Amino acid sequence: MTTETLAPSARAAAPKVKSELMQQRIRAARLFLIPMLIALAVVAGWPLLRSIYFSFTDASLSNLEAAQWIGFGNYFRWTVLESGTVRYRGLLVDPAWWNAVWNTVRFAFLSVLFEAVLGMMVALVLNAEFKGRGIVRAAILIPWAIPTIVSARMWGWMLNDQFGILNDLGMRLGLLSQKVAWTATADTAMTAVLIVDIWKTTPFMALLILAGLQMIPKDIYEAAEIDGVHPVKQFFKITLPLVRPALMVAIIFRLLDALRIFDLIYVLTPNSASTKTMSVLARENLFDFDKFAYGSAMSTLLFLIIALLTILYIWLGQVKFDGGDR
Amino acid sequence: MGATFDLWKATKWVLFYLLVAVIVVVSVFPFYYAILTSFKTGTALFQVNYWPTSFSLDNYWNVLNSGSFPRNLLNSIFVSSVTVILALFLAITASFALARVRFRGRGLLLLTILGISMFPQMAVLAGLFEVIRALGIYNTPWALIFSYTIFTLPFTVWVLTTFMRDLPVEIEEAAIVDGASPWVIITRVFMPLMWPALVTTGILAFIGAWNEFLFALTFTSNNDTRTVPVAIALLSGSTQYEIPWGNIMAASVIVTVPLVILVLVFQRKIVSGLTAGGVKG
Repeated sequence: MTTETLAPSARAAAPKVKSELMQQRIRAARLFLIPMLIALAVVAGWPLLRSIYFSFTDASLSNLEAAQWIGFGNYFRWTVLESGTVRYRGLLVDPAWWNAVWNTVRFAFLSVLFEAVLGMMVALVLNAEFKGRGIVRAAILIPWAIPTIVSARMWGWMLNDQFGILNDLGMRLGLLSQKVAWTATADTAMTAVLIVDIWKTTPFMALLILAGLQMIPKDIYEAAEIDGVHPVKQFFKITLPLVRPALMVAIIFRLLDALRIFDLIYVLTPNSASTKTMSVLARENLFDFDKFAYGSAMSTLLFLIIALLTILYIWLGQVKFDGGDR
Repeated sequence: MGATFDLWKATKWVLFYLLVAVIVVVSVFPFYYAILTSFKTGTALFQVNYWPTSFSLDNYWNVLNSGSFPRNLLNSIFVSSVTVILALFLAITASFALARVRFRGRGLLLLTILGISMFPQMAVLAGLFEVIRALGIYNTPWALIFSYTIFTLPFTVWVLTTFMRDLPVEIEEAAIVDGASPWVIITRVFMPLMWPALVTTGILAFIGAWNEFLFALTFTSNNDTRTVPVAIALLSGSTQYEIPWGNIMAASVIVTVPLVILVLVFQRKIVSGLTAGGVKG
């Protein structure tokens, strides 16, 4: 990929006009890419830079133009009081921020863990041949198709403390001794969010894993069957290693998605400190508390954390995104 | 020996189908329950029922005839459609270049595009807000169409690139021998072959735009410009403690049914589109 060459097939087809053709194609490619690049620069690149810039200023929502550069003040600053004690201020010593970081990381870890395990289970079921497989596949697409806000509302109703069907079901089955205010209690709010998120996104995970499962050649299992390998051992020795690349990609997609979670929590458990994530806190500061610069600092840190985790994961997991080298 | 073997087999069969039943019930039940609730009014709403007991269209009538919900629906349809058309238009040529031409930095460019589609929208919110205000499109559908490009464009480029990479090279060779320019190759040779991929990608991008919440919440400020997800999230009763669950469920069913139908009709294509974005990448 270091030299500019034409696709190998076309080179073979027209060896004599190779260089001219190659030049023409590369020029065309540049031209074709420009509109997309401009669009991405305007909607992603520039706003990202501006957000980072705002985090080093004293910008307020009502007066963005008058923003003055103040350096790292939003992140960390200290003042020495007359009594000689030092006061530390800023995002890096803000307990609300670290609470949000902890909530986000906890949520991301638990949701992706459960989704991977349950997704694997559903994928294995769908990979088996049985009557009614089409119905199951259609059924699991429904949670995926439902908008997050709608599912947050639906589950909010089902988890309602007084009239919710889940409390009713739990009491009937003897699992709950009394009605639980799922979304309002600090102890259960995170559980409620996790339940809804796992319900909604396990299908996506299952479909990605299923695609990986279907690429495993059947005769490996036939050979294992003949050798009398136990199905459980088959799973750990054959299925899991072979499906690992698909699983890794599915996990990173979901992890990145989970780390930026906003809408579900905003609607399902508003104002609950035990579920407030980085995104929710950042938006609150940006637009509700009129701390635009402080909110920008939060979104910048969020971006940095996610970028670092992604790089780390790709590096450690040796995930290959650029599959084709055609 | 034979009898016990059959018993074991039967147990396995029962357990397997039990698992299948659990998967189906858990997947479908919340939506079923939302539909059930949407047909209930008055005190019936507050009685827990597992089967349909009453049938009333009052909630649907309320949602569609009062307030701004019909307007919100139109907003959502307009914003999502224009966003998708714009993204597909920009993505077709770009993905041709990325899938079919080798040039320096292609791998890096692909990785950047994937990165943009995955990075947190919160990170650009402050900057986007400034740009949208500067363009004078705050609180209009254009603010949403503009901002939605950030996730629909990378996604469509990524999926179309994987699709286009899989098209047979022979077709392109023949066209090149006939002296076709890259533009002619795209419009005359690839486009007819790409229709299924375009439809799939378009539907997936449409669903993404239809469901988007953060930008819609931030860049619109009154009932007439909001999209459906924001309208449903902010739907409230006359007092803080009086949440109109019946109306919320009716609105939820209205926005979800078209999506569910769309997804079930295009099931196979959507699954292949999703996995093309992920696994094959």
